[in-house]
Amino acid sequence: MNSAIFSRGRLLLWGGSLALAIALPLVFKSGFMVSLLCQMGIMVVFALSYNMLLGQTGLLSFGHAVYYGLGAFATMHTLNLIGKDGSPLLVALLPLVGGLAGLLAGVVLGYVTTKKAGTTFAMISLGIGELVAACSLMFPGFFGGEGGISGNRVIAKQTFLGFTWGPQVEMYGLIVVWAFLATVAMFALTQTPLGRMANAVRDNPERAEFVGYDTQRVRYLMLILSGFFAGIAGGLTALNYEIVTAETLNAHTSGVVLLMTFVGGIGFFFGPIIGAILITVMQIVIGGLTHAWLLYFGLFFLFMVLMAPGGIASLIAVQHKLWAAGLLPRMLPHYLATALPVLVLLAGLVGLIEMGYALLAGEGVGAGDTATKVMGMELQLNAPEPWAAALATAALGLLLTRWIGSRTRVAWNSALATLHGDKA
Amino acid sequence: MEFVVISLLNGITYGLLLFMLSSGLTLIFSMMGILNFAHASFYMLGAYFAYQISTWVGFWPGLLVAPLVVGAVGAAVERYGLRRAHRFGHVAELLFTFGLAFLVEEIVHLIWGKVAVDYRIPLELDGTLFTLFDTSFPIYKGFMMLVSVGMLVALYALLTRTRIGLIIQAALTKPDMVEALGHNVPRIFMLVFGGGTALAGLAGVIGGNAFITEPGMAAAVGSIVFVVVVVGGLGSLGGAFVASLLIGCIQTFSVAMTLSITDVFALVGVTLPEGSQVARLTITQLAPVLPYVLMVAILIFRPRGLMGARES
Amino acid sequence: MKNSFVKRLTLAASVMLIGGSAFAQVKIAYIDPLSGPFANVGDGGLKGFREAAEILVNQKGGIMGQKLEFVGFDNKGSPQESQIQLKAAIDQGFRFITQGNGSGAAHSLIDAVNKWNARNPDKTVLFFNYAAVDPTLTNEKCSFWHFRFDANTDMKMEAITSFMENDKKITKVFIIGQDYAHGHQVARAAKEMLAKKRKDIKIVGEDLHPIGRVKDFAPYVAKIKASGADTVITGNWGNDLSLLVKAAKDAGLNARFFTYYAGGLGTPQAMGASGENKVIQLTEWHMNVPTKATEQFALDFNKKYPGIYFYYLRVNNMVQMVAKAMNTAKSTDPKAVALALEDMRFPVDTGEVWMRKSDHQAMQPLYISIFAKKDGKAVKHDSEGTGYGWKTLASVSQRDSQLPTSCIMERP
Repeated sequence: MNSAIFSRGRLLLWGGSLALAIALPLVFKSGFMVSLLCQMGIMVVFALSYNMLLGQTGLLSFGHAVYYGLGAFATMHTLNLIGKDGSPLLVALLPLVGGLAGLLAGVVLGYVTTKKAGTTFAMISLGIGELVAACSLMFPGFFGGEGGISGNRVIAKQTFLGFTWGPQVEMYGLIVVWAFLATVAMFALTQTPLGRMANAVRDNPERAEFVGYDTQRVRYLMLILSGFFAGIAGGLTALNYEIVTAETLNAHTSGVVLLMTFVGGIGFFFGPIIGAILITVMQIVIGGLTHAWLLYFGLFFLFMVLMAPGGIASLIAVQHKLWAAGLLPRMLPHYLATALPVLVLLAGLVGLIEMGYALLAGEGVGAGDTATKVMGMELQLNAPEPWAAALATAALGLLLTRWIGSRTRVAWNSALATLHGDKA
Repeated sequence: MEFVVISLLNGITYGLLLFMLSSGLTLIFSMMGILNFAHASFYMLGAYFAYQISTWVGFWPGLLVAPLVVGAVGAAVERYGLRRAHRFGHVAELLFTFGLAFLVEEIVHLIWGKVAVDYRIPLELDGTLFTLFDTSFPIYKGFMMLVSVGMLVALYALLTRTRIGLIIQAALTKPDMVEALGHNVPRIFMLVFGGGTALAGLAGVIGGNAFITEPGMAAAVGSIVFVVVVVGGLGSLGGAFVASLLIGCIQTFSVAMTLSITDVFALVGVTLPEGSQVARLTITQLAPVLPYVLMVAILIFRPRGLMGARES
Repeated sequence: MKNSFVKRLTLAASVMLIGGSAFAQVKIAYIDPLSGPFANVGDGGLKGFREAAEILVNQKGGIMGQKLEFVGFDNKGSPQESQIQLKAAIDQGFRFITQGNGSGAAHSLIDAVNKWNARNPDKTVLFFNYAAVDPTLTNEKCSFWHFRFDANTDMKMEAITSFMENDKKITKVFIIGQDYAHGHQVARAAKEMLAKKRKDIKIVGEDLHPIGRVKDFAPYVAKIKASGADTVITGNWGNDLSLLVKAAKDAGLNARFFTYYAGGLGTPQAMGASGENKVIQLTEWHMNVPTKATEQFALDFNKKYPGIYFYYLRVNNMVQMVAKAMNTAKSTDPKAVALALEDMRFPVDTGEVWMRKSDHQAMQPLYISIFAKKDGKAVKHDSEGTGYGWKTLASVSQRDSQLPTSCIMERP
């Protein structure tokens, strides 16, 4: 079983990913990009740990930030405790403390939450999440109140293999190492009997029970382990930002990790990785481009739920299958043909949304002065022309999408039929 | 004594508002199995629609029209969103409502701005209903109680005494059979969802001006309504009613208590070490989180809730 | 935002090309929420800064002939996102940042700026804080790289309690606050200072409630009423304040509220009539303080940006003082600017602002005012179109608002 982890193809993929992660900061040198990469690395671990519950065990949690946040606080307190007596090596190992804190939290809270699965679990996790978040503001001694707890990851004048962890790039290196180790460990876990049993408990708890497994125990173990990895992610956040605030364990953080995991795809191991990277980029990069990013974010999420509930990973997986069956070349022209009207539709919609924001919530729009810049164009928003143009573009895009889309769908269905036919 | 009476009154008023909010949710939850995360968003929409209508034609038409508009929006959401998501299972449904809540908030930001709107209590209802031990009880609170109780009675009558109510009840347990008898089950589900959201809308119309109509109002009540539904028990309107009142009173009375955790432990003979942060906490401080404690406790010891017929 | 991003990109490119020393403009990064629930606060602040820079600096010669400009960076209210945005700003060549909403984000930024400056002494960054009021920022956690232009929680409480000292009608005080650092600080300061100034005042009750979670304040009001308090002190802001005041009116509670944040950003609108003659606030300025220039500035601002109301006089103070410091130092090097700003005494409309050297805390005159019906005389202007405005009850001189500091500053 373990040999599967180290099969040649897999080794290549693991190595390639690691090489890519290491190479990225060589290309994107700016401090902003490195910060962004750091955030991605942390979120990848966090989302993967979440998918151990949702994807692998079928447990929908609304309070996963609790483990992440407690891990972060434990790490920060330990960092401050070792203070000047520490060494960079010790600092590098600190996320383990976060992991253990997450694990401990899992042992305590999981005992209560995993008694039941399904909706009951979801509701208990919501309640416990709210409780812990509320407590975090009540105990400023441990959680630091509004200002949070801060620390310094640089131990003066000491190095470990030449690293002080001071520069962001060195921190990125540390995050990559931890993220890689955690990812490998989580993947290995899916191949163990426990990982397989978790799938069985997810798919058919009655049957798992009949063959002699204690489903509650499987859920409990998975939650503890998931808490461990979430705690590691929390520990990395603590080291990366050198500050931990109560925000790390509130409902918002729990919601974000759920979005990431789902958008990426819960059915595949690598799904959450894609989701974490994509959502982090959306939040930070698109957030810097437009005030409307929350709206785009919401629309994108609803679109994914309705159109691709398997997440981006499932889309990729289907393409992979088509490729393997030699059907992808047949589909490519269709994809390209669909992309064009979709782009037109998007341009129209984005135009409408941007103008709406500029008019209703925009910058520099004063009384009687509705001239504003939208997407680099100087527009008069009180005149009907820009609105008509955007509306027409969107309508045209919609019509074309429906027309070409229906033809694409036919081709798609036939390709799928061929694919499944081949299998049969 | 005086304080107890006033607190009881406050608790019941708050509880009844909670019931208005959660009755729609419990209806949808128990009938369709959907944990509607956007339920509080419909509450918010109700308040904003009512505000908008009140600026045009006044409060009273808004009281009637706003819930209907919210219901229509809800039905459309069911028809064009949820029904599709339903095919992918309960998690997809739930996430759909999760995303919807997000979207509604952003749209409200966009249309009505990010600060509170000036949605006022109508003049006829502004004033003091009666004065009890020199604490005044506003007319509007009395009106809220009236609407809430009226709603409970109407709902109960609708579900048990009318034909459509019986069909709805039947469609919940045996959808295939009801469909075989020639009823359109998807349409019934759409009606239930629309009706449930209309109830939330009504709560918004009433609660929006009693409190504050602002874009954060949905998030503020979002999770407490789940607590009510879970504590009350799935599928039980009566349970939701009892749970609402219970939670309303727990919150009110725990605010009134001046005991600290140390005192509580002292009552059972345990002395806590002095000076720790836990020991210093007062019951008042904990008041708003007590419902969550109650919910977790209920889920552990009695997962079907106070009056629920079944588990999840 | 959209076009400014393009501008930022080109700016970043040009900075890389010419080595980051020559600027056509002096730019300050404004790191505050520009999307999400607090976007209105952040957006209003940014417009205030831009307007102040344009009218008070750029139209009067600018900074050594260059224009002062503010560029928005959306931190979404989050301490962690603040750090990412700080990095983005530094990448683009910004050497000055400003922030105000939330002491959490302020702590995060001050921490990050300290570390950045220690690790990159040739690219130091200076932080101007215009509204984060946690006292520790200029006490235990004070930094050479941080300047605060708002009075902190303790100074404000000092002014409030000085006012209460002279009002003999006050005998019983109830303290209520949000259960987090700010609420705790307000409660602690109120108790300590009242004990010193008015031993006869009884604190009849003290409550903390979770922030933003209480929908119905009726039980709290019942408790206040039962305690017999004639005065309530609260650090609450936003809905927690509006709801409290509304519930008090409903129950017929006859007590006055001493507040920090009743004056702006939607609260007057949400309180409406229920705050009349009940709610008292402490600010460095309000519309009915007789100041010629600022009054006109505010009226112009409110007209130019309908729906946004000028609120922060300290933004204007800050912009002018920063410009003066740069002009005096003849440099836009953060360290030189910081040294020029220290100990600066700057005359403004309401008196003198002094930037104390020992902790970088600005000292300025403060006003205590009550929410009252607009009458065209003492209440010349109403607040946020409510028909009610602020009537000055007392003013506190710059000297009287001063408090000692425990700051031990590390100087570069």
